Amino acid sequence: MSNINNINTNNSNSNAILEIVNLEKRFGENNVLRDISMSVFEGEVVSIIGSSGAGKSTLLRCINLLEEPSGGDILFHGKSIITDRQSISRYRAKVGMVFQQFNLFNNMTVLQNCVVGQVKVLGRSRAEAEETAIMYLDRVGMYAFSDALPRQISGGQKQRAAIARALCMNPEVILFDEPTSSLDPEMVGEVLGVMRYLAKGGMTMLVVTHEMSFAREISSRVVFMDSGIIEEADTPDVIFTSPKKERTRAFISSIL
Amino acid sequence: MPQSFFGGVSFILSKYWSLFLRGTVITVVVSLSGTIFGFLIGLIVALLRTIPVHKSDKPLKKLSVRFLSVILSAYIEVFRGTPMIVQAMVIYYGGLSKALSGLHDIYKGIVSAIIIISINTGAYMAEIIRGGIISVDSGQMEGALSIGMTYRQVMFNVIFPQAIRNVMPSIGNEFVVNIKDSSVLNVISVAELYFMSKSAAGAYYRYFEAFFITAVIYFILTFTVTRILRFIERKMEGKDSYTIHGSQSYSKASIHITSESKTITGGGLK
Repeated sequence: MSNINNINTNNSNSNAILEIVNLEKRFGENNVLRDISMSVFEGEVVSIIGSSGAGKSTLLRCINLLEEPSGGDILFHGKSIITDRQSISRYRAKVGMVFQQFNLFNNMTVLQNCVVGQVKVLGRSRAEAEETAIMYLDRVGMYAFSDALPRQISGGQKQRAAIARALCMNPEVILFDEPTSSLDPEMVGEVLGVMRYLAKGGMTMLVVTHEMSFAREISSRVVFMDSGIIEEADTPDVIFTSPKKERTRAFISSIL
Repeated sequence: MPQSFFGGVSFILSKYWSLFLRGTVITVVVSLSGTIFGFLIGLIVALLRTIPVHKSDKPLKKLSVRFLSVILSAYIEVFRGTPMIVQAMVIYYGGLSKALSGLHDIYKGIVSAIIIISINTGAYMAEIIRGGIISVDSGQMEGALSIGMTYRQVMFNVIFPQAIRNVMPSIGNEFVVNIKDSSVLNVISVAELYFMSKSAAGAYYRYFEAFFITAVIYFILTFTVTRILRFIERKMEGKDSYTIHGSQSYSKASIHITSESKTITGGGLK
């Protein structure tokens, strides 16, 4: 069963950076994402919340094509990224991703982590790439550790370096996949601080998170997912104080 | 000809040292080059065998990847499943000898040995390196893909360096095995250490003394190589220290962190 026929590209909203249209993802018999549709507009911070297994991370991974969607479409500035495989590399460079497990390159220093993509993907000169890398590392407070290898720094520092790596590609939107979930409690703050700073600077962000107070504070919209569907999407105030759906209410009351 | 053991050893050494020396040089040359070329063969085979196939790929690509993988696994199975001494006979008398007939005997032996060891080692290396590639955390690939790097760029810049580091001990092991196992190539008259020892021993029928010397030389070779490889492995670990840079406004300030101590170099820290 495919929803391919439902796609109406003419209807696409021009100032949406990302549009997800009837997205489906199946792992074998398991329907992880069912008929997901949502848009992300410039400058928005959209938080995706929900219990484990709701499909939040899979949605993010589908958006970056780390998982192949089983159906539906993903539009980047109105153009499908699923049919146009040639430009997948350029697309990914514009859609940054920050992972739960950091995924810094273990064989490179923090600085090299931030340089390699700029040189290989964007074709910048090494000098230019290093200059950009140092600027962003300084912004996330990691300039001091430019020469360190990932195994020599803490989880929070790794995550800040990973954010700098994503920023170096000058992305139009950054996807955060539970960026603080594998951090020690005292390191969560430093990473959230960086994200808060990015949000204030107008960066478009799509954040899967379990940090509810953070989601409430920085989001322009909160999306609640439950067993593969978007149950409810609204402003943080509505979702956290007066959700309309029963499932949302149950989830919010269970975590607050 | 002295009758005692040590007398015999020193007699053979003084008379045939140049045989042992030449044999040792050839053993080192063929096993080192065989390991290096075998490594390159293994690298290419492992690369080809880890090409991912997606459902959305073109049928032609799927077909050629499948075809390639059958050929390559046949190569690996055959060369891991038969003894090198037999491979040497089959390859040498099956055409290699004729193909190299223009060469002087010594060089013919050396070239044959390198070819046979390379092909044989390549089969083992292919599996060792494939294991190394698989063992690199999949997050490394995802992290690199997520910033737009292509599969090839990820492999060469991120996965390979880590995979090779992980399998360095096994690669070193192959080298040590090759130093010892190149001795079987005496069956196709490669003038390596074992072959030369046989000549030295046969002249006075002093096999025990001659091969005692041979054993010592082999051991010194493998022991030295093991130490050198251990040293290279440590180098590949990367430095265990790093320099903490000061803020951009005080760029001269830096703190050097090692695992044992912290030292402050440069000025500017107020």
